[in-house]
Amino acid sequence: MAKPAIALRHTPTEGHNFANGVVSVSTAAPASRISLRATPLGANSFGKSLGLDLPKKPSGSAAKGGKFALWLGPDEWLIIDEKNQDISLVPKTASTQLSAVDISHRNAAYFISGNGAENTLNAACPRNLSLSEFPVGSATRTIFGKAEVVLYRTQNNTFRMEFWRSFTPYVWGLLLDAARDSNN
Amino acid sequence: MLLINCPYCEDDRPELEFANAGEAHIHRPKDMADMSDEAFEAMFFIRDNPKGVILERWRHAHGCGRFFNAVRHTVSDKFLKTYMAGEPRPSDDEITELMK
Amino acid sequence: MNSTSQQAFRVKARGSRIGARSVSFTFDGKTFEGLEGDTLASALLANGVHLMGRSFKYHRPRGVLAAGVEEPNALMQISRDNSKTTPNVRASVQEIYDGMKAQSQNRYPSLNFDIGAVNNLLSPVFVAGFYYKTFKWPAVAWDKLYEPFIRRAAGLGEAPTEQDPDRYANRFAHCDVLVAGGGAAGLIAAKAAADKGKSVILCDENPEFGGWLLSDTDIRIDGQTGEEWSAEMVRQLLAMDNVRLLARTTCVGYFQQNMVVLNERVTEHLSRPNVELPRERMWQVRAGKVVIAQGAIERHMVFPDNDRPGIMLAGAAQTYLNKYGVAVGANVGVYTACDSAYAAAFDLAEEGVTIPVVIDHRDQVSDDIRAQAKEFGIKVITGAHVYCTTGKLRVNSMSIRHHKASSGSEDFEIDALITCSGWTPSLHLYSQSRGKPQWDEATRRFLPGESPQECVSIGSCNGTDELADIFVEAAEAVGGKAQKPKIEDDVPTSSGMVGATGTSADKGKAFVDFQNDVTAKDIALAVREGMHSIEHVKRYTTNGMATDQGKLSNMHGLAIAAKLLDKPIPQVGLTTFRAPYTPTTFGSFVGHARGALFDPTRKTPIHEWAVEQGAEFEPVSLWNRARYFPKAGETMDDAVDRECQTVRKTAGVFDASTLGKIEVVGPDAAAFMNIMYTNGWDKLRPGRAKYGIMCRDDGFIYDDGVVGKLSSTRFHVTTTTGGAARVLNMMEDFTQTEFPEMKVWLTSTTEQWATIAVQGPKAREIVEPLVSGVNIANEKFPHMSVAECQVCGVPARLFRISFTGELGFEINVPADYGRAVWEAVWARAEPLGACAYGTEAMHVMRAEKGFIIVGQDTDGTVTPHDAGLSWAVAKSKPDFVGKRGLQRPDLIAKGRRQLIGLKTKDPKKVLQEGAQIVADPEQSIPMKMVGFVTSSYWSGTLDQSIAMAMLEDGNARMGETLYVPMPDETIEVEVTGTVFYDPKGERLHG
Repeated sequence: MAKPAIALRHTPTEGHNFANGVVSVSTAAPASRISLRATPLGANSFGKSLGLDLPKKPSGSAAKGGKFALWLGPDEWLIIDEKNQDISLVPKTASTQLSAVDISHRNAAYFISGNGAENTLNAACPRNLSLSEFPVGSATRTIFGKAEVVLYRTQNNTFRMEFWRSFTPYVWGLLLDAARDSNN
Repeated sequence: MLLINCPYCEDDRPELEFANAGEAHIHRPKDMADMSDEAFEAMFFIRDNPKGVILERWRHAHGCGRFFNAVRHTVSDKFLKTYMAGEPRPSDDEITELMK
Repeated sequence: MNSTSQQAFRVKARGSRIGARSVSFTFDGKTFEGLEGDTLASALLANGVHLMGRSFKYHRPRGVLAAGVEEPNALMQISRDNSKTTPNVRASVQEIYDGMKAQSQNRYPSLNFDIGAVNNLLSPVFVAGFYYKTFKWPAVAWDKLYEPFIRRAAGLGEAPTEQDPDRYANRFAHCDVLVAGGGAAGLIAAKAAADKGKSVILCDENPEFGGWLLSDTDIRIDGQTGEEWSAEMVRQLLAMDNVRLLARTTCVGYFQQNMVVLNERVTEHLSRPNVELPRERMWQVRAGKVVIAQGAIERHMVFPDNDRPGIMLAGAAQTYLNKYGVAVGANVGVYTACDSAYAAAFDLAEEGVTIPVVIDHRDQVSDDIRAQAKEFGIKVITGAHVYCTTGKLRVNSMSIRHHKASSGSEDFEIDALITCSGWTPSLHLYSQSRGKPQWDEATRRFLPGESPQECVSIGSCNGTDELADIFVEAAEAVGGKAQKPKIEDDVPTSSGMVGATGTSADKGKAFVDFQNDVTAKDIALAVREGMHSIEHVKRYTTNGMATDQGKLSNMHGLAIAAKLLDKPIPQVGLTTFRAPYTPTTFGSFVGHARGALFDPTRKTPIHEWAVEQGAEFEPVSLWNRARYFPKAGETMDDAVDRECQTVRKTAGVFDASTLGKIEVVGPDAAAFMNIMYTNGWDKLRPGRAKYGIMCRDDGFIYDDGVVGKLSSTRFHVTTTTGGAARVLNMMEDFTQTEFPEMKVWLTSTTEQWATIAVQGPKAREIVEPLVSGVNIANEKFPHMSVAECQVCGVPARLFRISFTGELGFEINVPADYGRAVWEAVWARAEPLGACAYGTEAMHVMRAEKGFIIVGQDTDGTVTPHDAGLSWAVAKSKPDFVGKRGLQRPDLIAKGRRQLIGLKTKDPKKVLQEGAQIVADPEQSIPMKMVGFVTSSYWSGTLDQSIAMAMLEDGNARMGETLYVPMPDETIEVEVTGTVFYDPKGERLHG
């Protein structure tokens, strides 16, 4: 019997787009992601294999050629490859210095962009997201309302927000409600 | 809402990112199976509830995910110090100093 | 109708706040006209209406007393329609808009004639402490008499009968300097901070900035009026990028570490609000420095019948005149213990209002003021007090007497009486910041002491009375510098700000607290009855406990108590100020978190498929899970029966994606598993899976699940749906703090994988053609196997496991493929006669097999031994979480409850979960309970009801008959083992 057709990938944020002149919310393309937990040694060697110097400072990030690594904790990084959406970044051979776990499908993501982006996020995120406190390239795990999210500032007025996929209806709904009040 | 200094993030973060995790510096012995009933009771069940300085654990649950320790005053709710898990308990002298 | 002629008390020459446009609104059904910019109170006063409410306890007629948030009397129900209606709105704060409906409260049938006013005659019953004295006995009176009475008496205003259609917003904000209060002090501080490049938020509860400067039109600042000066400051601040000005925004709470909560009323003043705007916006501001510029609040005089409509604060009268262009009367008496009331009297006199007399409670008044009074032809009597007023719905006379005279008095006809006993610096925010107010004996008032947080009080809330001094103080508070300007004023503000207090409560009701109807006599009675601390006096009399938080009454109450106790005021104490400063709507607190945004509803990748199939759902922690898939005409019982029997006979497909999953990775992964789980993990080979139980250190079951070993360093751990987060938290705790030397790392993969369970005799037939990369023949891939392979061409983790007792597989595929793979599975399953089944059938089938559900069959006091799972507790491991706890004497004692099965003697009777079990149904009540039912279902497969229960010494009671007493019958049950179906487990291996 013939093998069935290969299943197609559908993200939960598919088709989500919103703009009101002050802020826009758009869905991020499917990506490859891994959660890296590692010793400093493991982080260095993994970074080399990836072609990225993993950030060592809190809230730091590194980006190169569509790949980026976000510091989430002293032994934890979120690594995202936007270009290769279905290539597993998990090394084939086990290392004693690290854990790399494929979470490509665990997260979904939005871009929140525009002059109202900070206000939109601050409707439900208690962090100081001003450019001086959270400059371009900053990344952090935090909360947005009752959802845990990772925020990554990619440009002055653009944030990438990553969250667990089942929170999509909540995060999307809250972003839209907040976006309506972002013009001040 | 409190601001709590996470010793791993080296920054003040809003309380909403944290979870309290009970009293600090409670040693779980490696040879636990051999503890007397009294020692186990004291270790696992009995907790201080001081009016004043408390040493407690927090987790930066929605941040870097790390457990750490804090010296907090239960009346003023003021955090006198936070420090990484595994670091020694501040001495009484240090705590007295912190309260000034 | 000529509306302008109706506004008979409008003074055209004054009113900086109001415009020319007419605004029409209704009050108690009658249409009134006001002007743009009016508050409800100023518009009603312009129309000569003083009577605006009935008091809380005695239902006495009341007029508006104040011109700001401190108003205790004029509380209104403000409505747009049935859904947009708000009770207890202060008429002195609410701005009018076209079409606004205002309704007075606490009166029946009408404001002019109120039956409840009989309470006034019964007032001896309602003395201080009446709550404690009256409602004690008999007990039956509670239901019939006391509670209905209290509910009626306590009901001020009405809650909306429909859901609130408005939106509310929340905003977290950060700034270098937050300035609370936009009067002179606040404006100066905000400008000085902004000039230094600080980010500044300046808020004021009023629609405009300027504070008292807008009420006192005689002030000149370097020649400018207060209005001109404020307007210029606002212009400059608006032009700066680093300043945010928030009008109609109240600082409602000051919390730790300079977290200040502001409530902004965005559309409350608009006739037709833009639907894009939230009604209110709550700001949660974290400020580097907080500058408190709250100002001061004027107090009334305490004298008999001081609550008749028409009697109000002198400063309020001045504000109504100068800000709103309204004279509060035509013939206005003045009773004061403070210079500031003269300024109000002079302004009124300038506009032609008759001021028959000023009664000054003090013995002396300055020559300058006497001279000005003389110019206006105003008679001043010092060393005297008002001892009586008359007028039913409006004051019409006052009687006065010299303090020293034992008899003899003078009466004055009046249509309004303005009073002032001094000004109370507003310490609300300072006190909320946990500052301790200090008593200043010289000026007889409490002032801010040291600031425990990074905050500073400036202006009149700090006792700084001279406007020129405020310029310097406010600028220096934020590190700036300022010149003292040249200030001119008719009655210097400074002498008006002292905290003098006048009381002359000889007879009748001299009100201290208007909102709660507390009189000077009530305070005296409380002191006589032993309340010697102000906190006790407050609670006994309810003084200061209304929604105005005693803004007018606290100092009076304190002064009266102190005098009777013959103690200095600071020794009697000051009650604590608490947030919110003014009543704040629930909507504002709730913000965005309503409806679907109240709490996240988590949905699996397969959720929409189940919706399309018409599934019924149930919440499981935050998840929404398909409970059953009814076909046309089926009840839930029918559907569950069919689903169970289809799985047992053919096969079923189940969405298990919500199951918690944790990837445990590292060279010490197995060692870590040995610590976290009660059973041993050393012998488990890669490619095999095992059921594990996790305890806490107290020995009680915390979670359970099947764990697959993918390689020597990688485990795929599953948890219960509700336990995923707490299990990961506990595991992280142990890796980080107890075993930091272990090289093991944890990652939540719950959402990485969509999990599709295929269970039943035809499970293999359904799954096999979709799988590549592994041979799943029975002998090659036996029960409790796991493999990394492909399903539908995508990477998968395939388990052969069963929660039903049937041959079963669980396909894990990356979640974005979940729906596609599910549909591929369904395309094979449906033609074979298989069904989709939900959580209810899953529960029945697991109970038929005696599999526990943590949290249903366990409750945090159940050990693995109690649950019949001793086989899963390793005996030889030196340590695991719970090992020591399990040795506790009470956990190994006889007589513990153990999990057993129950069969009802009548097989059709299904027990209630939670029902109690007794050994002897004839014993007297209360009966001795020997256990309770944890799980109970109708098993269609077995054609009988089945149950599990926790039962004392249950394992030793097999075969015994016990009883489950219910309200209408007693059900006989037999104790059995927990495995009801396929006890040998042969079906698993098909």
